[in-house]
Amino acid sequence: MEKVRKNKRAVCIFLMPSVLLFTMIIMIPIFMSGYYSLLDWDGMTQGTFIGLKNYINLFTSPSAGFMKTLGNALLLALLSVIIQLPISLVLALLLAKGIRGEGFFVAVFFIPVLISTVVIGQLWLKIYNPEYGIINMTLHFFGLDSYARTWLGDKKTVLLAVFIPILWQYVGYHMLLMYAGIKSVPPELKEAAKIDGANLWKVNRYVIIPMIKPVIRICVIFAVTGSLKAFDLIYVLTNGGPSHASEVPSTLMVDMIFGRNRYGFGSTIAIFIIFLCFFFALVIKKFFKTEEL
Amino acid sequence: MKHKNSKRRLPIFTYLVLGFWTFISLFPLYFMLTFSLKSNKEIFGENIIGLPREWLWSNYEAALTTGNMLKYFFNSFIVTGCTIALTLMASLMASYALTRLIWKGRKTLNQIFMLGLTVPIHAAILPVFIMLRNLRMTNSYQALIIPYTAFALAMAIMICESFIENIPVELEEAACMDGCGVYRIFFQIILPLMKPAFSTIAIFTFLQAWNELMFAVIFISDSNYRTLSVGIQTLSGSYTTEWGPIGAALVIATFPTLLIYIFMSKKIQDSLIAGAVKG
Repeated sequence: MEKVRKNKRAVCIFLMPSVLLFTMIIMIPIFMSGYYSLLDWDGMTQGTFIGLKNYINLFTSPSAGFMKTLGNALLLALLSVIIQLPISLVLALLLAKGIRGEGFFVAVFFIPVLISTVVIGQLWLKIYNPEYGIINMTLHFFGLDSYARTWLGDKKTVLLAVFIPILWQYVGYHMLLMYAGIKSVPPELKEAAKIDGANLWKVNRYVIIPMIKPVIRICVIFAVTGSLKAFDLIYVLTNGGPSHASEVPSTLMVDMIFGRNRYGFGSTIAIFIIFLCFFFALVIKKFFKTEEL
Repeated sequence: MKHKNSKRRLPIFTYLVLGFWTFISLFPLYFMLTFSLKSNKEIFGENIIGLPREWLWSNYEAALTTGNMLKYFFNSFIVTGCTIALTLMASLMASYALTRLIWKGRKTLNQIFMLGLTVPIHAAILPVFIMLRNLRMTNSYQALIIPYTAFALAMAIMICESFIENIPVELEEAACMDGCGVYRIFFQIILPLMKPAFSTIAIFTFLQAWNELMFAVIFISDSNYRTLSVGIQTLSGSYTTEWGPIGAALVIATFPTLLIYIFMSKKIQDSLIAGAVKG
């Protein structure tokens, strides 16, 4: 057996496809992106090495507009944590009590998660349509014409209009994770708390929520890093417009690289997005650790 | 008495909330399904949210033929199918080497693979694009299949490892005593026992590849290779005034996902929970 398990040639053969794909598509490109981010490069001519200048420009150049996109992404992250996750938690708590039709509701709430973001984006484009969209039609129906507007074309409303479908789509995902977490809390704990006179609210607050903290931590990390990476729905709904009002780092990155041929600066944004994701994941983990002490 | 009362009132409140969210979750889909079968006249005023009065199946015909959805659907099918097959093969092989074979550096390699769980595709998009362009491989199925597989690998390997760990080593030892080599052990003992892992990995990979947008937009410009996500974008650009065919296109793109979900909803939910909690 030992001899069979130490077969060096087998190791190489088994690992080859994965290692090859992983190095070619993930490892080498990360280093390449890191290198590109230090260049002033349009993709056609030879790039010039400019050190950290692109990174400085991220924060200081108002014409690049990165700070605004970062602000938008952080706002989305904040809204996810204070609106989306609480909705998911309430739904999960209600469902996990063991009511009739539990499985049905879980299945239904999860449907939006599975549907392609392009489909969801196109659907919401129709819902927001200024002339024939459901929202404005409903407002007209109730005589609230003054509230009707071009939701996605108005700088004041566009951010909110873009964020609503994003928040809506993933409620079901977080709900499912939390629901599974609550289901794995041993029922004896709940029973014991009830015998001690705790009402439902207290059982939830002092028994269940502390028990599912690891799941909540995962949800917060997903919600925040997902917001920092958000691309699909915004690309479909507005592509960052009108006049960059709903731009987020990812749409700006794609626009810089593939729209304006600023390969160097675009790569800087890419690297910075990755850095932010790792940074926030670490901070959130730390935060939950200190909470526990 | 009071206690009883509160107990009875509780489910009503619960069902109100759950019913409300069911409506919120399903309404956009209902809207999609109904307007895919309506004429502009109904959508734009006569009958906005009701069931279609006249079922216009011709919207589907328009989407499939002049809208090119049949082609896009086929492309998505090829890309997704190949991605799933390749991911399954590569991840099963790799995780066997990572968990059962003994060699130096396997822990380190495993950790490197797991880093892949957190790397967003942003990191790779420009270098991979340049690589594909130099190889003249943009506008091909491979241009999507290879990157999709690479980004699906980390999760697939993680799932495979958790399944392999549950297979008793004694089985392999017995096979070995009977004179099986490492390849026969892998193909005849491990693979058949890993079948439950197949569907979990396939589900993950399907959702990722079928719905992906960023790579698809950038690596594909030739309409012959467009996948559904890019195709729908093009379609909505050319059918700005006619909503029916767009609705039909959206339904066509969503149909396979919903069909799979109806038959495997529990399995899909469990897969996504397992993936998230371990990652």
